[in-house]
Amino acid sequence: MIEVGHLTKKYGDLLAVKNLSFKVEKGKIWGLLGPNAAGKTTTMRILTGYLPATDGTATVAGFDVFEQPNEVKKIIGYLPENLPLYPEMTVHSYLSFTAEIKQIPTPKRKKAVEKSIEISGLKTVKDRLIKNISRGFKQRVGIAQALIHDPQVLILDEPTIGLDPAQIIEIRHLIKSLKGKRTIMLSTHILAEVTQTCDGVIIINEGQLMASGSLEDLTASLKEKDGIIVKVKETKKAIALLKEIASVEKVTRRDNEIYLEWSQEKDLRDEVTKSIVKNNLGLIEMKPLAMNIEDMYLKVISGGVEQ
Amino acid sequence: MKNIWAITKKEIKTYFTSPIAYVAITVFLVLVGFFFYSLIWWFNSQSLQLARNPAYFQQLNINQMVYSPLFHNISIILLLMLPLLTMRLFSEEKKIGTDELLYTSPISVNQIILGKYFAALAVLAIMLLLTGILSIFTFAYGNPELAPLLSGYLGLFLMGVAFIAVGIFFSSLTENQIVSAILTFGVLLLFWILNWASYAAGGMWKDVLNYLSFFQHFDDLTRGILDTTDIIYYLSFAFFGLFLTHSVLQSRRWR
Repeated sequence: MIEVGHLTKKYGDLLAVKNLSFKVEKGKIWGLLGPNAAGKTTTMRILTGYLPATDGTATVAGFDVFEQPNEVKKIIGYLPENLPLYPEMTVHSYLSFTAEIKQIPTPKRKKAVEKSIEISGLKTVKDRLIKNISRGFKQRVGIAQALIHDPQVLILDEPTIGLDPAQIIEIRHLIKSLKGKRTIMLSTHILAEVTQTCDGVIIINEGQLMASGSLEDLTASLKEKDGIIVKVKETKKAIALLKEIASVEKVTRRDNEIYLEWSQEKDLRDEVTKSIVKNNLGLIEMKPLAMNIEDMYLKVISGGVEQ
Repeated sequence: MKNIWAITKKEIKTYFTSPIAYVAITVFLVLVGFFFYSLIWWFNSQSLQLARNPAYFQQLNINQMVYSPLFHNISIILLLMLPLLTMRLFSEEKKIGTDELLYTSPISVNQIILGKYFAALAVLAIMLLLTGILSIFTFAYGNPELAPLLSGYLGLFLMGVAFIAVGIFFSSLTENQIVSAILTFGVLLLFWILNWASYAAGGMWKDVLNYLSFFQHFDDLTRGILDTTDIIYYLSFAFFGLFLTHSVLQSRRWR
């Protein structure tokens, strides 16, 4: 749905995006992840036609972003990081204006405005001035304007920034509910957002692609060791016993949990289980040792993987 | 055309949902009313003095003695007020980030510029039309000539057409509305008084400076002289201002 090839953007001497290439599949939510000033906003601004690129190609639903900008703008809904809201307008009049400039035909405009108000949960504030509504509602108005022309692609730049925890959850639910017939690309530096909302992730740093793919694939490719986390009644005894199993490379204790690691070629789960049961250590819990997104992100950003 | 109208409508609403248009129109009408009253009072006293002398009395002309100076006064008020009406047009969009909405919507930069331009022209037209109320009195109690009156209004409108284009250009240059207003006012004033420099210049420069001055072209129109040169001057000034605005907005995106 979105294809970017060797994209480069320079602001004078500053290289904001460097030779960036990635693909985003149709109907999925993809997160564009990276630290501040990584080039996320610049990439999104290029895709939406706000900024031209210095070099490279970008297509959205088969339309060239640089050659057919109007076609692309018609099928993209964009929520910029700084909400593009007119504080003196009411929510309804603002959405009517955006419906007009997004070229929704007059007979369908009223319905489109009503629908976007309903989807975004703005019914209670539709007649209020934008300057008088809460930050959470403003964010919803921003999403409503991006949705108003029923776009195939949604590009959301930091959709939950500045919101309180309850509002963040609400917006995440809203974004998830929009998935399906729409392809969504959202930028964030909140890692939990990616695990909770995204199907795949594109990690960039200093304008360069560091990694891209589904979360499972990325964590699997970055994992160097296999292992399990065990919780038993007799923790001390268990540690001594488990250390004796051949091929177990590392046994560490964190609170009441025992972390066991071994090289990826082997699978010691069966052996570990038998040993615990045989010695009657009181097995409470056993789970695979997974690489969490924080570990994965830090590893990628520090240059652990380059694709 | 639909896109231009969408922007124009929104801008007119912004002018009238905030105090901007009401304050500007009220202050403008109070000042114009004051000048009109002063000029009528002066015309009246001159009429009383010259009533005893029929030869001079015949020469009293309300168009020349009231309307011509009134139009000049109005043009100075516009010079001061129009930069305040245009200063926010692009500066504010850039400052609050709404330009991202406009430039990522399927409308062209030209349509955005024209939409905003027509909205400011509409406010100017409303301001000028409302001053027409004053003429009800002159027509009721006197016999002014209509043609010079209309050409004077045309002159004011054309001058506004040029002023607003300059204002929009400076608004596109900066995020700061005050800077935009000061630059617009400075440039308009400079073009207004350019003909002063022509007194010191000679030969071709005298003609060039005179041609470039707002004042010279406006003076003809207030005296009822409708010359296409003057109309073309104002329209080309406006076109140039809008063209520069387009260049600034495009270059900013390509930088």
